[in-house]
Amino acid sequence: MSRVVVAGYGPAAHRFVEALRERGFGGRITVIGEEPRPAYDRVALTSYLTGTSLADLTYEVPEGVETLLGTRVTGIDREARVVTTAAGESVPYDVLVLATGSAPFVPPVPGAEHAHVYRTIDDLDAIRAASDGASEGVVVGGGLLGLEAADALRGLGLRTHIVEMSPWLMPRQVDEGGGAVLKGHIEDLGLSVHAGAGVQEIVTDAEGRVTGLRKPDGTLLDAQIVVFSAGIRPRDELARAAGIDVGERGGVVVDAGMRTSDPAVYAIGECALAGGQVYGLVGPCNTMAEVAADRILGGTAVFEGADLSTKLKLLGVEVAQFGAMSGALDVTYMDPVGGVYKRLFISDDARTLLGGICVGDAAPYATLRPFVGKPLPAAPADLLFTGTGAANLDLPDEAQVCSCNNVSAGAVRTAIADKGVCDVPAIKACTRAGTTCGSCVPMLKQLLEKSGVEISKALCEHFTYSRAELFDIIRVRGVTTFSELIANHGTGRGCDICKPTVASILASLHNGHVLEGERAALQDTNDAYLANIQKNGTYSVVPRIPGGEITPDKLIVIGEVARDFGLYTKITGGQRIDLFGARVEQLPQIWKRLVDAGFESGHAYGKALRTVKSCVGSTWCRYGVQDSVGLAIALELRYRGLRAPHKLKSAVSGCARECAEARSKDFGIIATEQGWNLYVGGNGGFKPRHADLFASDLTTDELIRTIDRFLMYYIRTADRLQRTAAWVESIEGGLDHVRDVIVNDSLGLCAELDAQMAHHVSTYEDEWRATIEDPEKLSRFVSFVNAPGVPDPSIVFERERDQIKPMVVTP
Amino acid sequence: MTMTVPMTWTTVCDYHVLLPERGVCALVGGEQVAVFRTFDGAVYAIGNLDPFSGAHVLSRGIVGTRGGEPTVASPLHKQVFSLVTGVCLDEPGAAVPIYPARVADGRVEVAARPALPERGGPLESGRRLVDAP
Ligand code: SRM
Ligand SMILES: Cc1cc2nc3c(=O)[nH]c(=O)nc-3n(C[C@H](O)[C@H](O)[C@H](O)COP(=O)(O)OP(=O)(O)OC[C@H]3O[C@@H](n4cnc5c(N)ncnc54)[C@H](O)[C@@H]3O)c2cc1C
Ligand code: SF4
Ligand code: FES
Repeated sequence: MSRVVVAGYGPAAHRFVEALRERGFGGRITVIGEEPRPAYDRVALTSYLTGTSLADLTYEVPEGVETLLGTRVTGIDREARVVTTAAGESVPYDVLVLATGSAPFVPPVPGAEHAHVYRTIDDLDAIRAASDGASEGVVVGGGLLGLEAADALRGLGLRTHIVEMSPWLMPRQVDEGGGAVLKGHIEDLGLSVHAGAGVQEIVTDAEGRVTGLRKPDGTLLDAQIVVFSAGIRPRDELARAAGIDVGERGGVVVDAGMRTSDPAVYAIGECALAGGQVYGLVGPCNTMAEVAADRILGGTAVFEGADLSTKLKLLGVEVAQFGAMSGALDVTYMDPVGGVYKRLFISDDARTLLGGICVGDAAPYATLRPFVGKPLPAAPADLLFTGTGAANLDLPDEAQVCSCNNVSAGAVRTAIADKGVCDVPAIKACTRAGTTCGSCVPMLKQLLEKSGVEISKALCEHFTYSRAELFDIIRVRGVTTFSELIANHGTGRGCDICKPTVASILASLHNGHVLEGERAALQDTNDAYLANIQKNGTYSVVPRIPGGEITPDKLIVIGEVARDFGLYTKITGGQRIDLFGARVEQLPQIWKRLVDAGFESGHAYGKALRTVKSCVGSTWCRYGVQDSVGLAIALELRYRGLRAPHKLKSAVSGCARECAEARSKDFGIIATEQGWNLYVGGNGGFKPRHADLFASDLTTDELIRTIDRFLMYYIRTADRLQRTAAWVESIEGGLDHVRDVIVNDSLGLCAELDAQMAHHVSTYEDEWRATIEDPEKLSRFVSFVNAPGVPDPSIVFERERDQIKPMVVTP
Repeated sequence: MTMTVPMTWTTVCDYHVLLPERGVCALVGGEQVAVFRTFDGAVYAIGNLDPFSGAHVLSRGIVGTRGGEPTVASPLHKQVFSLVTGVCLDEPGAAVPIYPARVADGRVEVAARPALPERGGPLESGRRLVDAP
């Protein structure tokens, strides 16, 4: 056989041609795809709206594969073995593979032709274009794809409604209890959920523009965009017209070798009806592609059906379902306050795990899915939580670890043992596990660790130690310089990774000036000039405004300085003021003015305490129960200048209304009638995390002592650039362990931690004041060493909204 | 035929002003040149313009080594450049110019880039070892 033609160019077609090539197929391969581009990662489609480029999503066309893009196949002549295209071409084949996927189902309601669907790049472009000027949107369908589409609309700035026929969201993945918890999460995000509701019509104005959606009860939801995501239908029209068997409810009927009723025609992916089922997930589609490739080359692979387990994170909410959705026995954990629902289904003899549902915390998914149909590996209650028992389970070899790519624990172990792979990227390259949705990556790490592979902790090529190990070496051996450290414990002369790390450790332990002597050469970009570098090489200036409280006089000084130096001025998200656009040689002059007026460094540039935000609290607010401003100022002054593995942020709220957003901080404090509740490990930023309650109803002294120790223990043991949120999640034993160490003194460390903080507090000095008083340090603040008075001529500004704005010409 | 081009040396600063592993920027023949002194006392000069960001900032990067080769990391997005060849070690294809640098009479001197010989000979490496200062 010499020519294979593939109709449709989606992920299944892509995997199929890759598999043919990998198996050494030497004949001609032609892929005909209707979309104007090669296959792309449809699973990650939504990321296209949030900045992922088309190029990053698109798969590379395997070498030697011919493609006809933007070309629809319109007919199959089975007799002559030729397909015809909309452009009128005829393409002969020896084997034809249908990989036409599926199309979104659009119910035949009046006005439906004005609605959007959510499946292709073109669909997303159309939605993005339509969102311009729109303020509200409706997504019809509250399943997996519907919620994803709703999130996308929300991301485009629209107030979004979700209309779902079933009584609860995601009926295929979760039961009623899970649906209720899920609804709570979705509504917290500002989306409105209309479950148990249908669609009467899409309402348009005279020009045919969508203005809303009418529900069968007559209510009208205002919307300028309607997106249907109410299920998919296999695209079996080519097969149907050619007389190839299709299922009663659609789908091209195939046998276990992916062959249709015509032996020269195969079908794979979402258009195929395999074992009476159409699979709407990419994992089974990939397996079908592999099976078809194997068969076409004379192999005997079979498609045995697939696990439809899913784990996803939608709108920040984890949802997972594996195995069966019912069973004789079940164990349910439900926390409506925290928004967590977990349920395991178990056989009547209470021995076998049948399946499970998770909403709000999908941690059990990765560990338990491989045990479906197997004896329960631990007590059910333990299995519902990670950290206890479940995390340490030994997977049987046949257990599937990666469902997207059908890779078993045994296959991963073989790769580790025989091919010597020793990190997650290598496992990915070698087995494909973890390359699709990524939800199995924690399992891959665990398999690596269990197999005794040492995951390298080396900081960089110059040190084989982790940050925590370096911290101990420096502390125990009393090391005070980088040169001494690298000569005795490293190689080479360091780099932009290890130097700032060591600088930070030295600062945490000794608290000397960061620009003193050799240390000056270790500092990261921003610390080196005690300011944050901007895209055009200028710097920003952020004076400390403890707790966000500032007098009118001081505000005026900031205004005058900004005006006199022509700086761009902005209120930051940290309750203070940032002045942008200062040239290196202006920094000391600006700071001289600020220091004289009583300001000090705000350490916006350092991996150090940033701000302690406050709400107005009991002094003014009618609800406040404690003086949140007073405490915030005290904390900010206590921890100012404290260098840490990463930046530290805090906030204090005067009551449970939480106006200071303390629970998004590394350490956050919320006032109670009795005192203060301390929360730790919160984070905004890249991966938001709510802080966990660490201790309740503390007096101010107890609170400060607990924070002192928490911070010092973090500084001692965290990795480089690891915020407290990641640290509390990674530390063995979790927060309970941390509490044990700093409240119960289980390691006998507390006295040392207390002494270190006392040293920090008593030796703090304002680094900017010290700098402007030291001519040697000041001499570094010039644009040109041989022309100290000359400003950098390459720095130019334009104006926007009455302020300056950098002009950068990228070469 | 080889053609020699006379070099014009510009004094940048006293050698002791140039601290180990910290750069300075100098104006040499109207161009911004980043000048570094490495741990072993050698001096190097490369263009100050970071080709990735378009900002003149390389003199403010962290000096270190990669596989023994002296380097500087751009302070903006951390791409590492060889101080010897000017080549970017993280992104193939990118490079910054290098300039001859030396220490004479306790002063650091940099030569403005000489006009290239016809058809372009290799630029002289910026490396000049210094006797123990
Ligand atoms: C100025 C400011 C934005 C604003 O105009 O409001 C800002 C500006 C920068 N942020 Fe931020 N962040 C600012 C508040 C925040 C906040 C909100 C807050 O603090 O309440 C967050 C989320 C909260 C959090 O950190 O958990 C925030 C999360 C980040 C992150 C992501 C951190 C993470 O853990 O994922 C980075 C990147 C990093 O640090 O690695 C970042 C990094 C940066 C840097 C330093 C990026 C850089 O290296 O150039 C920006 C430079 C500031 C400058 O030149 O002065 N900024 N940044 C805010 C300064 C607050 C202040 O007064 O100190
Ligand atoms: C937004 C979104 C999120 C998703 N998230 C997940 C997820 O998290 N996990 C998961 O497992 N799955 C997910 N899926 C499903 C997954 O993308 C599909 O299972 C997968 O794309 C199926 O691949 P396929 O190649 O069979 O079909 P398709 O991807 O539909 O590709 C078929 C291609 O064939 C073309 N075609 C059709 N008819 C013709 C014709 N006559 N001539 C020429 N070309 C034709 C189509 O235009 C299309 O390009 C998601 C899907 C979407 C839309
Ligand atoms: S958190 Fe409470 S005390 Fe503080 S401003 Fe809000 S309502 Fe008032
Ligand atoms: S389970 Fe999706 S990549 Fe492994």
